[in-house]
Amino acid sequence: MTQTKKIMRREIIVTGFGGQGIILAGRILGQAAALGDKKESTLVQSYGPESRGGACAAQVIVSDITIQYPYIKNPDILVCMSQSAYEKYINDLKPGGLLLTDKDLVNPEGNRDYFDIPATRMAEELGRKMMANIIMVGFVTAVSGAISLDAAREAVMDSVPKGTEKMNIAAFTKGYEYGLSKLKGRAHKASETSSHDQAGPDRSGATP
Amino acid sequence: MEPKVLTGEHFINGDEACAEGAIAAGCTFFGAYPITPATEVAERMAERLPDQGGTFIQMEDEIAAITSILGAAWTGAKSMTATSGPGFSLMMETVGLAVVTETPCVVVNVQRGGPSTGLPTMGAQGDMMQARWGSHGDYEIIAIAPSSPQEMFDLTIEAFNLSEKYRVPVFIMSDEVVGHMSEKVVIPKASKIKTVSRPRPSGRKDRFKPYQPGPNGVPPMATIGEGYNVHVTGLTHDEQGYPVMSVDTQKEMMTRLIGKIRNNLDDIIRTESYLLDDADIVIVSYGVSARTSYTAVEQLRGMGIRAGLFRLITVWPFPEKQIRELATRVKGFVTVEINMGQICREVERCAGSKVPSYLVGHTGGTVITPDAVIQLIKEVF
Repeated sequence: MTQTKKIMRREIIVTGFGGQGIILAGRILGQAAALGDKKESTLVQSYGPESRGGACAAQVIVSDITIQYPYIKNPDILVCMSQSAYEKYINDLKPGGLLLTDKDLVNPEGNRDYFDIPATRMAEELGRKMMANIIMVGFVTAVSGAISLDAAREAVMDSVPKGTEKMNIAAFTKGYEYGLSKLKGRAHKASETSSHDQAGPDRSGATP
Repeated sequence: MEPKVLTGEHFINGDEACAEGAIAAGCTFFGAYPITPATEVAERMAERLPDQGGTFIQMEDEIAAITSILGAAWTGAKSMTATSGPGFSLMMETVGLAVVTETPCVVVNVQRGGPSTGLPTMGAQGDMMQARWGSHGDYEIIAIAPSSPQEMFDLTIEAFNLSEKYRVPVFIMSDEVVGHMSEKVVIPKASKIKTVSRPRPSGRKDRFKPYQPGPNGVPPMATIGEGYNVHVTGLTHDEQGYPVMSVDTQKEMMTRLIGKIRNNLDDIIRTESYLLDDADIVIVSYGVSARTSYTAVEQLRGMGIRAGLFRLITVWPFPEKQIRELATRVKGFVTVEINMGQICREVERCAGSKVPSYLVGHTGGTVITPDAVIQLIKEVF
């Protein structure tokens, strides 16, 4: 019998307010997958007629094979940068799917598991609130493993205004390292509670 | 300075890919008025064209925009404009002028929800019949519907080539989703890109007849100012280009204008078939809706339903022969489009009474889901 190779497919929704750089964050994820990781990817966006303040979402699919229908019903990964976006999309997240939030902007309810990062606060500390999206991209890269580090860095470099690359890579790295330390913390916890379990973070996401 | 052809892999949206396709095809004039969701075409052209020795002009409105590209074409330039619904409506009168003066030009319509101002940021496919019949009088044009950013690049080049070859306005009937979605776009080496330029005159300049047809019905096109006798008018004209308002002249001119498209259908029409060989049910679709349909076909096949996809790359002229042929061997047609039945009527007309024809339509503002297609097919077949 021939062994069929499992096809990787990851569906990601990044959402928040217009003006937070949501679409750019989605674009960086898609570009990293397509150009850096040599996969197929699509990015579609929804936004209102106003360019700032309205609800905004980027939908990114990453796959080993051609993607036809580019819209997402139930994401594997949901990234929320506003409470209203969280409320709008949380029920769509796949069971076992990965929720990532901006800690200061989103209050998840119940006892659902999630990863949070104070991305906007960290960006403010770096002197540019508008880099919160780049910090979040770093965080997503570390926590989800949906795109590789090199591909993500390259896509960030290519996507930000000329002259701001260094500062944005610094922001990206902050988010990435924050993500790694979160994972480490979990792995540590997991090894404390289970002597033989070394899996820790679920880096395979929720691929069906 | 960036090169003319950005050879390599890019992650760009459909609008940007369209602009790159235009530049790769040799477009040197772009006149437009910004409008969502077509603005990114203009933005990219504004950024890129001047470096290539080309001209970008933001005109005062869409009427001026299309008129400017006709003027540019007569100076020898390959020219393009890009707009969406409301702007497309304003351009309609001049589409007729382009047809009757046989001016090669490319008009991009990134469709959004209408009528009127409608849904500026949300997609639809409601201008398909307007592209065919929007200007007054009787005529033939060519319209192409890309389904991906890659096709926005490839088919923009194709649009220029057809426009130059047949001296006819060519419409790129995109939609908000294809225009704004980003995907990998592979741009080949410049030497691998085939470009076509309009037939050019030779011989004595003072004896030149600007509307004397060449072998495929298309007259060679002189550039204004190079010495050939040129007269350009929207009135019915003879081979000399002079107005002659007579039944005979009208008949001769119109027969040729319509004939140059209708007599070259095999050269113009492009379609794509997916799992059609053993199909009972044929889904006909184009643009973003073809992506929905593709996924629907895959899922239907998984359920044991023999569905296939007939994708229209060229929408006008309509691939009648192909639909008529399919009608002899399938159980029925389902047209998937984001309007309440436009191309569906063409399919129905060609299918005749042989087999039934259904519509999975939508009033616009969103894409049609594969589930909606599957549901209808399960209901009616």
